[in-house]
Amino acid sequence: MTDLIDLTLTQLVKKIKSKDISSKDITSIYIERSKSSKKLNTYVEETFDEALENSKRFDASPDFQKKLPGIPLAVKDLFCTKNVKTTASSKILENFVPTYESTVTQNLWNSGAILLGKLNCDEFAMGSSNETSHFGNVISPIDDNLVPGGSSGGSASALAAKLTPATIGTDTGGSIRQPASFTGTVGLKPTYGSCSRYGIVAFASSLDQAGPMTRDVEDCALLLEVISSFDPKDSTSIDFKRPHYYSELNKNIKGKKIGIPKEYRVEDMPDEIEKLWEKGKEYLKDCGAEIIDISLPHTNYALPAYYIVAPAEASSNLARYDGVKYGFRVEGENLIDMYEKTRSQGFGDEVKRRIMIGTYVLSSGYYDAYYLKAQKVRKLIKNDFDDAFNKVDAILTPSTPSSAFKVGEKTDDPVSMYLNDIFTVPVNLAGLPGISIPAGLDKNNYPLGLQLIGKPFDEQGILDIAYSMEEKINFKFKTNDWWIK
Amino acid sequence: MTIDLKTVKHISKLSRISIDDQKAKKLEKDLTAIFKWIEKLNQLNTDNVKPLTSIAETTLRFRKDQIISKNIREDVLKNSPKDNKDYFVVPKVVE
Repeated sequence: MTDLIDLTLTQLVKKIKSKDISSKDITSIYIERSKSSKKLNTYVEETFDEALENSKRFDASPDFQKKLPGIPLAVKDLFCTKNVKTTASSKILENFVPTYESTVTQNLWNSGAILLGKLNCDEFAMGSSNETSHFGNVISPIDDNLVPGGSSGGSASALAAKLTPATIGTDTGGSIRQPASFTGTVGLKPTYGSCSRYGIVAFASSLDQAGPMTRDVEDCALLLEVISSFDPKDSTSIDFKRPHYYSELNKNIKGKKIGIPKEYRVEDMPDEIEKLWEKGKEYLKDCGAEIIDISLPHTNYALPAYYIVAPAEASSNLARYDGVKYGFRVEGENLIDMYEKTRSQGFGDEVKRRIMIGTYVLSSGYYDAYYLKAQKVRKLIKNDFDDAFNKVDAILTPSTPSSAFKVGEKTDDPVSMYLNDIFTVPVNLAGLPGISIPAGLDKNNYPLGLQLIGKPFDEQGILDIAYSMEEKINFKFKTNDWWIK
Repeated sequence: MTIDLKTVKHISKLSRISIDDQKAKKLEKDLTAIFKWIEKLNQLNTDNVKPLTSIAETTLRFRKDQIISKNIREDVLKNSPKDNKDYFVVPKVVE
């Protein structure tokens, strides 16, 4: 018999619906495992007692029609949760208790899910290794001293370590897909406008999207179905007919055209990633898909453009942290002094660096040279994808240019850290859906992922392709629970 | 493009983030490296390209001018570091 902890989200839902297990039983199991996994530093706020109470309440009057009946879930600490501390892993928000709920998490609770706790992330989601958190770095269950990726590193680590059956993250430049790739899990960034941004601590508003992080593609489809909704509270939320991603999941991808962009074959890419990509193409051919070589000529310019657009938006969004309305305050000699001290002591180094980049590119005399230039490059990148999607249904690329790295390996060199997101950032700039699925292991037995990029609003298309590839890849990875004391 | 120490201090002022000399030196090095890398964009001619300002390419929808949240003063002030039950309190601004 499979251990209950090994059940996927969809299997767990079936077990609860068939009354084989109660919500309280499974919630207790996850709480116990989370309590003995402190070494990974995944949780920044635990709501275990409330979770247990809520599970008992569910069992007392269960509604099995719900999509996530009595399922315990931990979520990234970037989602505002009513009456539960929400910090974005920043000192400046260390005592912030929202009086409202984010739409995406509200959708989870409306579907019957129960909050287990809030998960660590890079401060304000700015980072690719979960090393910028005010609450310390997260360790990957894959190996001691290995980063889980970021910024949704606590989510990825908790998911891979089975401290939650599934989770949600946010993705501004790869923050769901890169940690999913590093930890052998599935992560999907939806089309911009698919999931509401209401109640998500803002980083770069034209790029941010929430999305599911799960153990397999079925789970991913189910969770996306729950969290994706039109929301009048988010002015950029898009009202389109959302499919039933889970029930419509379909392995038949015969005749689908999959593009392979030559520009993603970057310098210094390890052979094993090249080979993995080749294998991915073979799997797709086996499924009856057609492989087509394509070109996305401006790929090389995506990252520098991103590092203008994202910090510019961040510097505007983070102007609200002034020690007046909420959050941490350091008293000063006068108002300006108070602002400067509060922000200096409240933000970490990476956040300060990005606010300063953003302030500079938006400052008088530099706006045209940097910000306007980046918006024009962003247009060229979007045009590349539009052209490509005239010829193909989806695009296959590696998720990351390398497997996970060691804690501390890249912290002194911001540019080398930023290069980690080379394959994921273009997708955010163009507002497209992208999914990373585990596809193999490197020489150290660390997971590697492949990414599928879809047309706008075609989450179903890339989920279907991922679903059929998943069967061929048959990724098996079991950690030995080394971190459990 | 080099971001010199003077520019770093100027940006820090604009950002309302005070930094000490040691941090400023580190930022001088980091920001110079980042902007050197960003300058790659100048290889591209974008004279005839329209900037992308919104990914959704739709006009924002109108909504009715209705009050949805009423009587939430307590909620609004709940997380303030300093308030007097009616207002946020800040250091004296006007002499």
